[in-house]
Amino acid sequence: MPPTPTISYQDLIFRLKRFWAENGCIIQEPYDLEVGAGTMCPETFLRVLGPQPYNVAYVQPSRRPADGRYGDNPNRLYKHMQFQVILKPTPANIIELYLQSLEAIGIDLSKHDIKFEEDNWESPTLGAWGIGWQVMLDGLEITQFTYFQQCGGFDLDLIPAELTYGLERLTAFLQGVESVYDIEWTPGFSYHTVRHADELQSSVFNFEMADIDSLWKLFEIHEGEAQRLIDAYPGYAEKGRFPVLPAYEQVLKCSNLFNLLDARGAISVTERVGVIGRVRKIAVGVAKLWMHQQHGVGELAVAEVVA
Amino acid sequence: MLPFLLEIGTEEIPDWMIPGALEHLESRFRELLEKNRLAHEPLQLDATPRRLVLRCPGIQPAQESAEALVTGPPVTAAYKNGEPTPAAHAFAKKMGTDLASLRREQTPKGEYLAYLQRTEGRATGEILAEALPELVLGTYFPKAMMWAGKGTSRFIRPIRWLVALLGDAVVPFAIEGVASGNTTEGHRRLGKPGLVVTHASYEQTLRDNGVLLSAAERRARITEGAAALAAAHGLSVATDERLLETLVYITECPTPILGAFAEEYLTLPEEVLVTVMRYHQKYFALHRADGSLAPNFIAVMNTSADPDGLVRSGNERVLRARFNDARFFWDVDQKRTLADRVDSLAAVTFQAKLGNYLEKAQRVAKRAKFIAQPLGLDPGLIERAALLSKCDLTTELVKEFTELQGVVGGLYAEYQGESIEVSQAIYYQYRPVSMEDEIPPTLLGQVISLADRSDTLAKCFEIGLIPKGSSDPFALRRSAQGVVKILAEGDAALGGIRLGDMCFGWGSPLFDFFRERIRHYLREHRVFAYDEVSAVLNQAGNAELVNIQELIQRLSALQDVRKSDDFEPIAASFKRIKNILRQAEFAGGVVSEPLLVEEAERALYGAFTKVRADVHLQRAAGDYSGALEAIASLRPAVDGFFDQVLVNASDEQVRRNRLSLLHELMTELSAIADFSEIVTK
Repeated sequence: MPPTPTISYQDLIFRLKRFWAENGCIIQEPYDLEVGAGTMCPETFLRVLGPQPYNVAYVQPSRRPADGRYGDNPNRLYKHMQFQVILKPTPANIIELYLQSLEAIGIDLSKHDIKFEEDNWESPTLGAWGIGWQVMLDGLEITQFTYFQQCGGFDLDLIPAELTYGLERLTAFLQGVESVYDIEWTPGFSYHTVRHADELQSSVFNFEMADIDSLWKLFEIHEGEAQRLIDAYPGYAEKGRFPVLPAYEQVLKCSNLFNLLDARGAISVTERVGVIGRVRKIAVGVAKLWMHQQHGVGELAVAEVVA
Repeated sequence: MLPFLLEIGTEEIPDWMIPGALEHLESRFRELLEKNRLAHEPLQLDATPRRLVLRCPGIQPAQESAEALVTGPPVTAAYKNGEPTPAAHAFAKKMGTDLASLRREQTPKGEYLAYLQRTEGRATGEILAEALPELVLGTYFPKAMMWAGKGTSRFIRPIRWLVALLGDAVVPFAIEGVASGNTTEGHRRLGKPGLVVTHASYEQTLRDNGVLLSAAERRARITEGAAALAAAHGLSVATDERLLETLVYITECPTPILGAFAEEYLTLPEEVLVTVMRYHQKYFALHRADGSLAPNFIAVMNTSADPDGLVRSGNERVLRARFNDARFFWDVDQKRTLADRVDSLAAVTFQAKLGNYLEKAQRVAKRAKFIAQPLGLDPGLIERAALLSKCDLTTELVKEFTELQGVVGGLYAEYQGESIEVSQAIYYQYRPVSMEDEIPPTLLGQVISLADRSDTLAKCFEIGLIPKGSSDPFALRRSAQGVVKILAEGDAALGGIRLGDMCFGWGSPLFDFFRERIRHYLREHRVFAYDEVSAVLNQAGNAELVNIQELIQRLSALQDVRKSDDFEPIAASFKRIKNILRQAEFAGGVVSEPLLVEEAERALYGAFTKVRADVHLQRAAGDYSGALEAIASLRPAVDGFFDQVLVNASDEQVRRNRLSLLHELMTELSAIADFSEIVTK
């Protein structure tokens, strides 16, 4: 028996969007590049930098090649959907707001148990870390709650709260189903119908068929592009029109390629730290450009012109 | 006296940091009162995840006023021709008074201007208002955060409200825009915000709003509630202090509920089921009357009731998914046996500079076979256990439940038909994890664990990863402590293993490191006196050092013989002998009987020759008490020697002969324990 009146997957998303829109958030659409988490989208990674307030919420399909299970595992997915909320600065009643958002999707908190368990977050690749909790609903982790402290190697001017809801888990919980594939996306269509082929085929590609040499080549191409742009910025006259965001997209490409190579077993343990360092270098490099371009922060040495 | 209440209202604080924070807050508040000369009654500290609370039933309302005589310039400099000089005016100004209020004081150096300065005692409320922001923010947490922006205050989690009452008055202060007041907040769902409190109503108001302030009360509510639920089903709750402590500090209103899972999951190993319940879900496991694991659990909610059973069914569903995961991993893992996984260890890093786990396992195998040579274990079994010991690192189950490494390997080995010796050696290889933990129960297991740990130690020392101060990233101290514990408490045959050749002989930093760990173990865990431990350890060579069980026998014997009347004097004499030999820079020689001219030295030589023979026999038979008693019995002869014989005889031959006698006595009889190390009264 479902614990609460059934809510469809898409209806849950509508209600979260509506709730956060009513609480002052821009509702963005998913970023149109592959990312491992909603945190990596420019809407989070770059917008949390600097002194301007920013409130935004969006669904973000998040790809983790190594988590793929050929569509066989009821709880693990290559690509799962996150609902990401950034509130910058954090309002004092943030936790109360968050709890109201749960009520908004039909969870009667007087009949459930909510706990906040310590869970800090750190991303060496992004030069970022934060402090927070995993939120447990009747023993199920439904949300990551993080107070960002540092991003791209910068101490943050305003401390944002990042809420990341795991949409599949939350819906499975509300619908009382044991497998994500049994989730009702909308009446008549299941999560299986919509996504199973994607999970199966992506697992086959990621684990069996992705060409390692090509992935490495692509990694190097995108890394090169990112670095070329980072190096070009100091000497570029009209800073305001410099393509910092496109440079960041090159970083995202690298990050995803790294994950693919990792899932493919192509990165030896000794190489791993080195490759993470390469991604970090360009991620932090772009964050510096953004801080300089948008917020006038930091000095950038003009790269020596090499003939 | 005025009652005081401070409540720091926050977002949820990590449970494990709370007791330490309270202790720190208490000691700093006490210091604050003492520094300000404020008498007070005992402090009481309480906490839930959302509040740190400090109360005191009575603090002195204000400081006592104090008077102090301040001396100024000499009168001769303060007045010229009866007129005050600028120096006199300056002093009066500095004291904030006029010339008429100054007095003259006669001192040994002459007459001086002086002023009786009176410091009015400040009101306690004023002192606290000034000091509380720093007191609150100075509370130590292992990891703190900012919430109000760059460069603002740091605390463990955002501070959302502050209650500070001294008597009926609010002690006014503010932290990052949050002003102190007299309103608190109840439980997030069971209570209300904005609750006005007084000293008398505080705890009851919280209780009425779903918050049990006392940790002891929450603890009792959990243990009693859990025991009652279990008893109603004929079950008992597995004791788990650590989990209980976590639950006490992760809840404001703890309420246990009983859940169930399908019997079919009981086919999974109990270790896996319990790990999922305890560590991953924070549930208590339950046992049936016959001791077997029951298909039930107790979860502790942070709310008062589960009216529709939704919390129970939710938790059951989560547990089911976890168990399904575990079963899925178990099944997937069986597709490749441990033996098939040995080569895959090449892809698992042991340490960046020390290579991978395949190399590690091969070294452990080689090392284990070498050190175990005298033990008569089957080298084939040693090799098998060592090579398979790390293979579970490549399994899905260990990737998911890292705390089960070793245990999973052991379970898989047994399931895959490895011998019981091999399975057990793998299962227990990481024991002991602490000094309170048990050591591996079988000799093979002990050998594998010793080989693994000594390899890690030797290799880390080789690349300079040597623990310094509090920095010990590879937990080498714990690792070495485990070696010592196994040697001391394991199979008696371990005394003969060749660990010394491989480890202690290896180089001096590791040798010293081990010696220190042994000393630590004998002192802290076997509670032998410092000087006794030194007396025995100083005499133990590399090979003997491994035989900790024998060292302990020597120490027990030393402890016994120390009670005899002869012991202290003979120990003092050994110290004297050591000094004489050192001053003479004497390296040893052969005693010539004809050159023993005095009666007393002949007597000593005779007694020594007899005792030496006895001691050799007793030592060989392991009778350390007998041997040490025999040595102590030399006391009259030694005393007689020092009373009647002058070592520094004018005849050089006689002098050297006497030194030879003392040297031989010293070296021959110090093999069990170096008596000169004993601290005598």
